[in-house]
Amino acid sequence: MTRKQRRGVLIGTCLVVLGLAVGLVLYAMRDSIVFFYSPSDIAEMQLAPTQRIRLGGLVEMGSVERAEGTTIRFVITDGGKTLPVTFTGVLPDLFREGQGVIAEGTVQADGVFHADSVLAKHDENYMPPEVAAKLKANGMWRGDGEAGGASPQATN
Amino acid sequence: MIAEVGHYALILALGVAIVQTIVPLIGTRLRDPQLTSVAVPAAQAEFTLIGFAFMALMTAYVTSDFSVANVWQNSHSAKPMLYKISGMWGNHEGSMLLWVLILALFGAAVATFGKNLPRQLQANVLAVQGSIAVAFLLFIITTSNPFIRIDPAPFDGQGLNPVLQDPALAFHPPFLYAGYVGFSMAFSFAVAALIDGRIDAAWARWVRPWTLAAWMCLTLGVAMGSWWAYYELGWGGFWFWDPVENASFMPWLAGTALLHSALVMEKRDALKVWTILLAIITFSLSLMGTFLVRSGVLTSVHAFAVDPERGVFILAIMGVFIGGALALFAWRAPLLTQGGLFAPISREGSLVLNNLLLTVACAAVLVGTLYPLALESLTGDKISVGPPFFNLTFVPLIVPLLIAMPFGPLLAWKRGDLLAAAQRLTAAAVVSLAVIIVVLALNQNGPWLAPLGIGIGVWVIVGAATEIAYRVKMFDASGEEVWRRLRNLPRAAYGGALAHAGVGLMVIGLVATSAWREERIVALAPGSSVDIAGYQLTFKGVEPRIGPNYRERVGTFDISRGGKQFTVLHPSKREFIVERNTTTESGIHNGWRGDLYAVLGDELKDGAFTVRVYFNPLVRLIWIGALVMFFAGAVSLSDRRLRVGAPKRARSKAATATAGK
Repeated sequence: MTRKQRRGVLIGTCLVVLGLAVGLVLYAMRDSIVFFYSPSDIAEMQLAPTQRIRLGGLVEMGSVERAEGTTIRFVITDGGKTLPVTFTGVLPDLFREGQGVIAEGTVQADGVFHADSVLAKHDENYMPPEVAAKLKANGMWRGDGEAGGASPQATN
Repeated sequence: MIAEVGHYALILALGVAIVQTIVPLIGTRLRDPQLTSVAVPAAQAEFTLIGFAFMALMTAYVTSDFSVANVWQNSHSAKPMLYKISGMWGNHEGSMLLWVLILALFGAAVATFGKNLPRQLQANVLAVQGSIAVAFLLFIITTSNPFIRIDPAPFDGQGLNPVLQDPALAFHPPFLYAGYVGFSMAFSFAVAALIDGRIDAAWARWVRPWTLAAWMCLTLGVAMGSWWAYYELGWGGFWFWDPVENASFMPWLAGTALLHSALVMEKRDALKVWTILLAIITFSLSLMGTFLVRSGVLTSVHAFAVDPERGVFILAIMGVFIGGALALFAWRAPLLTQGGLFAPISREGSLVLNNLLLTVACAAVLVGTLYPLALESLTGDKISVGPPFFNLTFVPLIVPLLIAMPFGPLLAWKRGDLLAAAQRLTAAAVVSLAVIIVVLALNQNGPWLAPLGIGIGVWVIVGAATEIAYRVKMFDASGEEVWRRLRNLPRAAYGGALAHAGVGLMVIGLVATSAWREERIVALAPGSSVDIAGYQLTFKGVEPRIGPNYRERVGTFDISRGGKQFTVLHPSKREFIVERNTTTESGIHNGWRGDLYAVLGDELKDGAFTVRVYFNPLVRLIWIGALVMFFAGAVSLSDRRLRVGAPKRARSKAATATAGK
């Protein structure tokens, strides 16, 4: 094999692998990233029941109720609009009324958000930055110092 | 007193590090042996001083000295001793001190054990190490001083985040940092080589043991982190493709590529420029990992320490070192002599393929990790890039690597024979196919790709065994000859095969758990039971218990299998009194078939509890695989060629002949 051919094989392999990678990344970017919305955002848009999103906000005080079995219903609010959520499973340790949460799932035709996972803040100072930003925008921010500073995105 | 002395030692260390950076560089420029020789004692002094500062903070933690703000924020007198100590690096300031301590330790090791290095190279390496220390010591002293006092001293501390009070997490940061910072050695060697404008095969031989040691620590550190997430966070998963996890995984991928490319450089004196670049990239990814975790730019549930001002400082450190090194690379790399091109089908060709796939997979992970940050700062749209993205991009790139893996070691250097290698791997292929068919027959409901995944894992393991069998002529020579060859085979060969087998074990564990995990979420009243994977769990009830710094409610589950009593699980909910936090302690039974994993949820009406039960088949293999890789690294590191003083001997003709085989 000549030097030229060897170089050809090397460059060819690199291009194939890189092309494959770029293709995969672009394909995955289209289908498997999840957008983050607040109840107000969702009220303004028409979401297909198949589109997975992340919903963030505060758990409305007094809204948590246990349905049959292990199903739990609660309401997420961002100060403006609210959205009822249903979730089957074990809630995270730090899930409490009045606290920030992020739920991932789909909005069904009945207007209820069916969550298949719920994330709560991980320690006293943690507030999902998206939630903090939305709360600030809606004037519901009860800034407890640390949590505000925690999120550079909250100020953009 | 001790805190002030510690603070003073840290400032002295900064002074020493500045000397260590500047004087040897001038010395090597002027070819002045006296100035050059300053590097060694300076590195040792720097380590001693930082070690002293570290011990000072440790003393404050052990004696619960709450007049030190850092201790007050992160400790409590009622905490068990292990967590008083580990609480020291469970926070930002303490963990940065640990970071520079490990950095100084590596520098001191090069100073003390690197006597066989050329003076010039050693001095340059230590100077670069010193400059990294200067940056991080400045960072600690100006933005994250762990020795600040509070007056009056509070009566008791605020405690440590309960999820961090865990044995695996006590040792996770030291190993992770040893890995991150260990790659600084490769970086320093690379920059030193660029400053010198000279590089040869011996360079690779000096760099490899350091890279290998760092890689071992990082392997263990990442595995410990995922093990902790598995049993402590109570969600039954072990890897979430969370940005913080990715931050530790990317340096691992790049470091693995570096280990392999250094091999080509050592044996064939080729791929020099690429190896240098890879060394710079690997440490840059480590710096980026530190930045992502420590700056709070991530919207991650794992980011415990958050502070944007410090983030800007680390970003500046990153900019200076990565930008500086890359600029130096662009300027000096053309001076380095190029190795020749080689045949695509050869050992070095296969290692190039390894490097290509690993770095591209690493780049895909990088894109997925940084894209949400970039998108948000550009458009304000908030997205999360989760497991589906990485499964779709990373997995297809890594599967070809796994399939090609057994071929590499069976190809000869310079010119390999793919057909001969394929013939030798016939047995491995037959075994893997048989396994695929058996697994397919046992799991006729799918998922269909999973048996293929198991087959790939088996292929990698049997392929690694084939390599050893072939090298000792297992089936061609007499028993005596095989035995002689087994003993004479270099340990690096065993290390390599073992590490590959570890990857295979891990693949099997990953595939089995992902594909056939079972999950039940039920409301259980005392006395009722749930069936999963052939086990029956009977809920016996919940009892209160008092721990050293928490109260807990412990559930009791009788597990039976086929009507026979099997074991008892005790998942619990812990309420940490000082921190006013609850954690979930899962009850796990470790079996060879898989793990039975029970989590106690909230109390419902009439004494029933929400209970989540998982069966995770073969999940152990993931961590056993990581342990095997760590052990393989240790075996390889004990090889005579890599030991101190060995390079000269290894350059003799006989040694090269066996090594090159």
